[in-house]
Amino acid sequence: MSEAACHALGLAGFGALATAAWATVLYDLVIVLVVLVGVLSIAAGLTWFERRLLSFFQDRLGPNRVGPAGLLQPLADMVKMFFKEDWIPPFADPALFVLAPAIIIVSVLLAFVVVPVTGSFVIADLNIGLLFFLAMSSLGVYSVALAGWSSASKYSVIGGLRAAAQMMSYEVFMGLALTGVVLLSGSFDLNRIVAGQRGLWYVVPQLPGFLVFLLAGFAEMRRIPFDLVEAESELVAGYRTEYSGMKSGMFLVGEYLGMTLISALIVTIYFGGWLGPGLPGFVWFLIKIFIFIAFFILVRATLPRPRYDQLMDLGWKILLPLCLVNLAVTGAIILAVQR
Amino acid sequence: MTVAFYIAGAVAVIATLLVVTRRSTIHALLYLVVSLFAVAVVFYTLGAPFVAALEVIVYAGAIIVLFLFTVMLLNIGGEAGPDARRRLRPASWIGPGVLAAVLLVGLVAIIASGANARVGGRAVEPREVGVALYGPYAIGVELASTLLLAALIGARHLGQRRREPDGR
Repeated sequence: MSEAACHALGLAGFGALATAAWATVLYDLVIVLVVLVGVLSIAAGLTWFERRLLSFFQDRLGPNRVGPAGLLQPLADMVKMFFKEDWIPPFADPALFVLAPAIIIVSVLLAFVVVPVTGSFVIADLNIGLLFFLAMSSLGVYSVALAGWSSASKYSVIGGLRAAAQMMSYEVFMGLALTGVVLLSGSFDLNRIVAGQRGLWYVVPQLPGFLVFLLAGFAEMRRIPFDLVEAESELVAGYRTEYSGMKSGMFLVGEYLGMTLISALIVTIYFGGWLGPGLPGFVWFLIKIFIFIAFFILVRATLPRPRYDQLMDLGWKILLPLCLVNLAVTGAIILAVQR
Repeated sequence: MTVAFYIAGAVAVIATLLVVTRRSTIHALLYLVVSLFAVAVVFYTLGAPFVAALEVIVYAGAIIVLFLFTVMLLNIGGEAGPDARRRLRPASWIGPGVLAAVLLVGLVAIIASGANARVGGRAVEPREVGVALYGPYAIGVELASTLLLAALIGARHLGQRRREPDGR
C-alpha cells in the first residue's frame, strides 16, 4: 500500500472517529433531555395524581374540572403560581431566601443522573453511583435548613432545625441499609446492582435493609408520616411559611421530584429495576415506580403524624441497631458461602 | 480534566478566603461548603472518585450541616458584633499567617521533591480503597475508630442530664 493511501485511510479513520464522538455527545444530550423532561413531567403530573388518588381513598372526587378528568389542573396551578406576587420578607436574608428553593431542585435532579432507566439508557454510569446518590440527597437538607433560617421567623426556624436533625439522622440509616446491597452485589454501580438481581430481587435477602431504606426515604423526602418540618398543626407550614408564588411552588415540585427519586431508587436497588418479562425495560421501570408512588400517597392518606421525639427515637434506637445487625448477618452469610 | 482541576483549585482557594473574611456565620459556612465541593472535584480529577464522594457525603452532607444546626440553634447566624470585628484587625492575622507560611513551605518542599500525582490518571476503584484500608493501613483505621469511640463516650458523658442530689 502506498504512503498516500495510508494517509488517506488515516484521515478517513480520524473523520469517522470524530463523527462517532459527535454521535456519542448527541446521544448523551438526548438521554439528558429525555430524563429531564420525563422526570419534570412526572413531578408536575403527580400534583394531579396525588390529589385524585387521595380523593379516591377518602371517597371524594378531587380536581376533575380542568380538561379531561382534571388532567390540566397542574397547568392551571402553574399559571396561578406564576402570577402570584413574588415577595421576599423585609426581615429575610434575601440571597439565601432565593437560593434555598433552587438547591432542592438541583440536588434531586442531579441524583437522577445515576438512575438507570434501562441497562444502556442512563446519563452517567458511575462506578460510585450509589455514593453519588447519597451525596446529592445529603445536600437536600441545606435547602430546607437555609429556607428556615433565612426566613427569620420562628415557625420557619423551628422547621429548619427539625429538618436538619431529621434528614441528617436518617441519611445515616439510609447509607447503612444500602451497604447490605453493596455487599451482595459487590459494587456501588447501580447498573451492576440491577444486573445482580436477575435471579432474585434484593428485597428478599435484604428485607430489613429495604424496610429501613423505605422509612429513611419517608424522612428524607419529608412526607407524612415524617413531615414534622412542615407540620401544619403546630408550625403553620414549617420552613416554607414565608414563601409565596413560584418559590413555594418549587418546594412543592422538589417534594414530588424527591418522591419520584426515592421510588426510582427503591425499584432499582431492591425490586430489579428495569428487569421483567415481556414488556420493554423502561415500561417495567415506570410501572414499578408508579406502584411505589401510589404506595407513598396511600400512606399519606392513612397514617397520622408522630411526635418529633418519637421520630428520633425510632431512628436511633430501632433503625440503627436493625441496620447494624442486618449488615453483620449479611456479611457473615456471604463469608460462609464463599468459604 | 486538567482545566477542571485548575478551575476547582481556584474556586477552593477563593471560597476559603471568603470563609475567613465573611462577617455572617451562615454565609461563611456556605462558602466552606463550596470550598469542600471544589476539593471534591480536585480529588475526582486526580483519580480518586471514592474519596470525592465521601468528601461530599461526610463533610458537606454531615459535618457542615451539624455546624449549621448549631448556628441556627444558638441564633448566631447574622452579622457578627463588634467583638468579631475586633478579632479581624490586621494584627490578629500574624499568628495564623505564620502557621500558614510553615504549611506553605512544607507544601512547596513536597512539590519540589517530585512526588506529585498526575491529573487524569487511573481512577482508583472503591474496592482498592477498602483493601488498602483493611490491609496495610489497618492500624490507622483502628486508631481512628478508638479515637471516635472515646469521643462518643465523652459526648455521652457531657450531654447527660445532671442528677439531682436526692437521686432523681
